[in-house]
Amino acid sequence: MNVVNEWAFIGVFVAVAWIFPTLPIALAAFVSPRKPNAIKMQTYECGVETVGDTWVQFKVQYYIYGLVFLVFDVEMIFLFPWALAYNQLDFFAFGAGLLFIFLLTDALIYAWRKRALEWV
Amino acid sequence: MECTDIINTLAACLEVSGTDPGLAQFIQILLGVVIVTMAPLIVVILLIWVERKFAARVQDRIGPNRVGPYGLLQTIADALKLIIKEDITPAGADRLIYNLAPIISVVSVVLIWAVIPFSPIHIGVDLSIGALYFVAVGSIGTLAIMMAGWSSNNKYALLGAFRVVAQLVSYEVPMVFALLVPVLIAGSMSMQGIVEAQRGMWFVILSPVAALIFFISTQAETGRAPFDLIEAESELVAGFNIEYSGMKFGLFFAGEFVHVFTNALLMASLFFGGWVGPAVDQVPALGFIYVVLKAAIFYLFSLLLRNTLPRVRIDQLMAFNWKFLVPVSIVNVIVVAFLLQVVRALGLAPSAELSNDFIANLPQAIVLLVGSLAIVIYVLQQLRNFGRQERLSQQTVTVRKEDEVDMLPAQAAH
Repeated sequence: MNVVNEWAFIGVFVAVAWIFPTLPIALAAFVSPRKPNAIKMQTYECGVETVGDTWVQFKVQYYIYGLVFLVFDVEMIFLFPWALAYNQLDFFAFGAGLLFIFLLTDALIYAWRKRALEWV
Repeated sequence: MECTDIINTLAACLEVSGTDPGLAQFIQILLGVVIVTMAPLIVVILLIWVERKFAARVQDRIGPNRVGPYGLLQTIADALKLIIKEDITPAGADRLIYNLAPIISVVSVVLIWAVIPFSPIHIGVDLSIGALYFVAVGSIGTLAIMMAGWSSNNKYALLGAFRVVAQLVSYEVPMVFALLVPVLIAGSMSMQGIVEAQRGMWFVILSPVAALIFFISTQAETGRAPFDLIEAESELVAGFNIEYSGMKFGLFFAGEFVHVFTNALLMASLFFGGWVGPAVDQVPALGFIYVVLKAAIFYLFSLLLRNTLPRVRIDQLMAFNWKFLVPVSIVNVIVVAFLLQVVRALGLAPSAELSNDFIANLPQAIVLLVGSLAIVIYVLQQLRNFGRQERLSQQTVTVRKEDEVDMLPAQAAH
């Protein structure tokens, strides 16, 4: 298969993959009973009425982990081309890769020292 | 083009019988897609039965044994039950996102199956960036769980969604670093290319550290014990899926079961040679048996982990990832890259013609294995030092507390 066909396959795959999980839900919508009432539709919280708004501001620690992840995720993408061509490259490529990974590790050490990785 | 094998040359067959070439090709693609998407959904019926039987044996029970022979039809009965259950949407839920979440969680896992090679010729599509594709598609599952937790309008569910952000997202970092090692050794990102490169030697021998890290982080990615903080029953009731009922609840679990098996398949393909085995070139169908057998071992192993290990605390979970797995996986990539250059400089690397030969691969494998062992020994040494320091600091704390207790009656006497 050529490159266009490969991605055509993925395109069709994405479309078809949606059908199979949607089918049982659609089937259930026809078959299952539907008798909603106010108490049944309450938020499930140990039988007590929920207090206050649910969509609140959250602990900042989760956000920091998200940020640290973002740094790594973006930089790791750049390592893949390096790994891909590595077999054809000489020792200089190892040095270049090492330098890049060192910069990445630098970010990790910085976050570590700033106590961004502590669960407080 | 000739019309010989009906499945592999369907387009040619249709063209011979006078169909429009574009349409013929589309029908061929569609047929392939339907086969590959059906596979995980049929497999999941069996997987749920295996999982329940296995969990039952671990807990000294019999497990499902009433519906059908050995309880094999239990899953189908359960699916029917789930379909006729009332589907309750809580008041105040974000309806669109709430309904989309379970579907996306299944879709994200099924999409991974497009690039899993089952034999030299049986693969959905051999993308040239297959390894990157499955990471990208797999992380959509994280999004689905976040959507479910957020849209349910329930505080427990929201806490579950928060933990997803912390856990699933963090464990992707060591997973991708571990994935870098097979790409580095094979010099290819297509899944078929990575499996082909293991004809001579499985990558687990070249880099056992990467294999172990990949296994641990994929175990965390599925969100099951010991990493099941996102649905921790005893703290968050059910976590992100608390408000779901009926078939939508069922889909989350179907997605999870397939995800575990998919990870086992990836583990087998990336590190344990995938379909590589005796006589696979003559009879490609044997590849199915090899890869599924290898995957079954990892599947059962992760079931064993799930059923025997206690849940970790969230601070332990995050510290284990960022302060242990990430540094170790970075060091592992550097060591493997360095040793690959050394091996080539010394002329120990197998030549292109001999790359399928076990003996020719042996010198390279031994060098890399020694490198991995060096990492393992160093890490164990560091862990031992760390543990000793922890114990010492705890001892001094308790001693100080005892001193204070002793002083109190003395002060009272004054």
